[in-house]
Amino acid sequence: MSKIFETPLYPYVRSVDQDAGEPVRHPVIIVGAGPVGLAVAIDLAQQGVPVVVLDENDKVSFGSRAICFSKRTLEIMDRLGCGDAYVNKGVLWNVGKVFFGDRKVYDFNLLPEDGHKRPAFINLQQYYCELFLVERLRDLQAEGRPIEIRGNSKVSGVESRAGGCRITVATPDGPYDLACDWLIACDGAGSPVRRMMGLDFIGRVFEDNFLIADVTMKADFPTERWFWFDPPFNKGQSALLHKQPDGVWRIDLQLGWDIDKEAEKQPERVIPRLKQMLGEEVEFDLEWVSIYTFQCRRMEKFRHGRVLFAGDSAHQVSPFGARGANSGFQDAENLVWKLKLVLDGKAPESLLDSYDQERVFAADENILNSSRSTDFITPKSEISRIFRDAVLDLSETESFARPLVNSGRLSMPAVYDGSPLNGADGAELPVRTRPGAPAVDAPLAGGWLIDRLGGSFQLLGIGCKVPDSLTLCGIEVRGLGVAEPGEALAARYLGEAPQAVYLLRPDQHIAARWTGFDQDEVDKALRRALGISEQDQAGEA
Amino acid sequence: MTTQHQLQGFARPDDFYADLLAAHEGLTKSESDALNARLILLLAAQIGDGEALKDCLKRAKAVG
Ligand SMILES: Cc1cc2nc3c(=O)[nH]c(=O)nc-3n(C[C@H](O)[C@H](O)[C@H](O)COP(=O)(O)OP(=O)(O)OC[C@H]3O[C@@H](n4cnc5c(N)ncnc54)[C@H](O)[C@@H]3O)c2cc1C
Repeated sequence: MSKIFETPLYPYVRSVDQDAGEPVRHPVIIVGAGPVGLAVAIDLAQQGVPVVVLDENDKVSFGSRAICFSKRTLEIMDRLGCGDAYVNKGVLWNVGKVFFGDRKVYDFNLLPEDGHKRPAFINLQQYYCELFLVERLRDLQAEGRPIEIRGNSKVSGVESRAGGCRITVATPDGPYDLACDWLIACDGAGSPVRRMMGLDFIGRVFEDNFLIADVTMKADFPTERWFWFDPPFNKGQSALLHKQPDGVWRIDLQLGWDIDKEAEKQPERVIPRLKQMLGEEVEFDLEWVSIYTFQCRRMEKFRHGRVLFAGDSAHQVSPFGARGANSGFQDAENLVWKLKLVLDGKAPESLLDSYDQERVFAADENILNSSRSTDFITPKSEISRIFRDAVLDLSETESFARPLVNSGRLSMPAVYDGSPLNGADGAELPVRTRPGAPAVDAPLAGGWLIDRLGGSFQLLGIGCKVPDSLTLCGIEVRGLGVAEPGEALAARYLGEAPQAVYLLRPDQHIAARWTGFDQDEVDKALRRALGISEQDQAGEA
Repeated sequence: MTTQHQLQGFARPDDFYADLLAAHEGLTKSESDALNARLILLLAAQIGDGEALKDCLKRAKAVG
């Protein structure tokens, strides 16, 4: 049986660039067709920016990797044209169980908040996630969008210059050179671009090994998330069971760092452990086993002149909380609108420094969260183990202790508090929709707010008129007026205020907000969000 | 469930837990035990109410 990750999706084809004699120049080249590189490429192409994606192989990422995709990812995928594909294939779950030692301490129901188009998250194999992106890329090509993907094209040399980059691409027909104005390095945790530029990772480094097993069950098995602290079949470590599409269950066994990887991978070793975990009577087939090593760290800066790093090339986190691909997609959405405006000459190049600021901030938040989960799951000292065990013991009967149980905090999008792009914040409007926050979805007559946002700057007027279209700083700002907001929209955007006006960025993040419409104020906030003016003060009402 | 007394719970559980562990960082076990004892007394004084404290003692002993 041929698996998705064994099927060539973008086999090598000789490019005209290889016969050009001179290195051909492209506005944007993306290194790496993983989830992040593909998302950046699709977003740029949808906005008319020509892009070339280079990948060293011609398939989706090998084997079993990411499985949890968050609501924010689904919202980004909606904008990229893949949201339905993800949700239709993905698995939804709500019930989780927590085990400590040999007993179940409690179970929970996620009970997600109402009034959102997309669920809190879905489970989907990474190879589907990438497959749907490649299919979308093919659809864009069929529509004549300027997007190209070149398989078996390994970037083997990078030279960063003042106005762009020169790269060398190794192919089955031998190497050739290309030039570009901007190079986006989405080449994964081992980033060859990062290495070739002599840059490295900083931050708190820790290492852990995980055994990843995919199994298909022969009989019914519940669609729930089971997490074990210190189980008898994996003493001193953790284990996770999660449902994926196609009747596949994912098992993650934490192994610690000082292990014999080859021995741990052998079916004679794996199958008895799984039987202990699932119950002797449960019959299953082992589909996939591998061992991954994780580290937790980031690059000091994500922008290096004309080279921008996004996704795992820029930051790595442990798997608790599913923050790898999910945060990589947020890198992509943050980067693309800025790059587009810079390429169009509508914003200064320095706007791209805010990509670095905002996404470094987000990476630190993700690393902090995954470090805290790791500290809870694998206590570092006797006293932290005593507290951890006390929390778990109490959690069985005391609901107050459950919020302290940390088996990974679900990936939430960063709120860019303190970003230099944030403008005015109208007093007394709800905290969750403050400047820097991603728009919070809510039902609108005949659909969803989130579907009406994104792709350009926008004004959202709630209980307040805003112009249908404004041109400021050479940019069109579209207007969306909601005269009579529903309950959820009012709670999320008005609070106690009778009306409000929000300025949203093309990535659906909130740039500024007021309790009435004033064009000068909008102009000021827009300049700030474009990185044009330094004089404005944040925080004015 | 033994919830005679309604507990306030945590506004930011992960921050609290991280602060708690940070306070113990670098201490020996006996130093940590002493810190915990002082902490319990401080928190108890913060609660004040005798019935509530008795209830906490009972609930802590009921587990484990
Ligand atoms: C076991 C496991 C579980 C995980 N679970 C989750 C989860 O539940 N949720 C989540 O969000 N994340 C999860 N992650 C993390 C997620 O898989 C990664 O964060 C994600 O794949 C990063 O995407 P990327 O595009 O940045 O890099 P990658 O997916 O690593 O893609 C990099 C691409 O660059 C290409 N490349 C490399 N070098 C070159 C070169 N020199 N020239 C050309 N191309 C090159 C590679 O072929 C590859 O296609 C998990 C990871 C693992 C291993």
